[in-house]
Amino acid sequence: MKDLFRGELVRLTSEEPELRAKHEARWQRDTEFHRLADGDPAELNSEKKIKAWTEKNIESGFNPERYPFSIRTLVDDKLIGFLGLWLNLIHGEAWVGIGIGERDYWGKGYGTDAMKLGVQFAFMELGMQRVSLGLHEYNARALKSYEKAGFKLEGRTRQDMLREGKRTDTLWMGVLRDEWLQLQRGAKP
Amino acid sequence: MFDIATQLFDGQDIRFGPIDYEKDPEIESKWTHNAEFMRLYEFEPARPMSAAIVKKQYEKLEKKIEEDKNLYHFMLRARDDDRLIGKAVVSRIEWASGNCQLRLGIGSADDRRKGYGTQALKMLLRFAFAELNLFRVTANMAEYNEGAIALMKKFGFTEEVRRRQSLERDGRRWDLLVFGLLKDEWLNQAQA
Repeated sequence: MKDLFRGELVRLTSEEPELRAKHEARWQRDTEFHRLADGDPAELNSEKKIKAWTEKNIESGFNPERYPFSIRTLVDDKLIGFLGLWLNLIHGEAWVGIGIGERDYWGKGYGTDAMKLGVQFAFMELGMQRVSLGLHEYNARALKSYEKAGFKLEGRTRQDMLREGKRTDTLWMGVLRDEWLQLQRGAKP
Repeated sequence: MFDIATQLFDGQDIRFGPIDYEKDPEIESKWTHNAEFMRLYEFEPARPMSAAIVKKQYEKLEKKIEEDKNLYHFMLRARDDDRLIGKAVVSRIEWASGNCQLRLGIGSADDRRKGYGTQALKMLLRFAFAELNLFRVTANMAEYNEGAIALMKKFGFTEEVRRRQSLERDGRRWDLLVFGLLKDEWLNQAQA
């Protein structure tokens, strides 16, 4: 059987709360990163607070609708980002979110590799029927990466984001189980 | 239309009102026993709810409104006899970008196709654009919800996203549609 957590460039991990908090607190200070990865206004939280969130999740036990991962490189075992899946178990839909906080690892295929693992996990382990995501239209790198992972553009909510005084669209993408299975058999996206 | 004396909560045959903890739970409990209504209004599984459960939901809702400050919830009532007809909601307001989600439900089949939905949406749009000063509104619905889709088109919403096969019901997959309307589009129509 496949190693679900190991790709060609990265692996998916569960990190200790302290380490995760230390990295995320640093990534939060990079507002370009935040504005590529997130739609909410940028915020700064203490390491203590971020650590408490992770610990609270551990306390409350596994949430069957929530799969949070960290991303580590295979080559130097560096913690570079996160990937999370939120499931709708009734309708078999997974929402995925990803962020590569370490800028040195942008545009080199690490995020794409992690996303491929996330999608594979949703279909091969969680039994989902589709995987969904949203991104900002100004994030061209993300769009290309998601297409490589098998996602198709399904539409755009017009001008729903206001940043730096400019209105931009949110793009919405999805990949269906059957489509993804065909891609695995070598079909061209 | 933009006269400050215009009552935001009064329509022609209907009005927006607050929750009535005495009378509403029993009526909404009846709606929840109708799976058709639940499947039009909710993506969550249909489940019948007793008046006691509905009352508890109201309490939770009002607490959430107070804490989150991104939700407005109205009960729809008939103006002639004040009976509860449905619900109209502005939720998930993103204040920084001026976006939100709209939801509208007419509880009983007897009250559908009477223009109440049209009146309610008209009031809800005025509230969202002229009182909350939002920039755009968004509405999600299943592709089988023909009444809601027709209503969106009537008000000039654009079908922006078709999330393929996002819902599973009756043993098959259905698309989920996302409609959007911008403030300018609404203004142009309101003036026309």
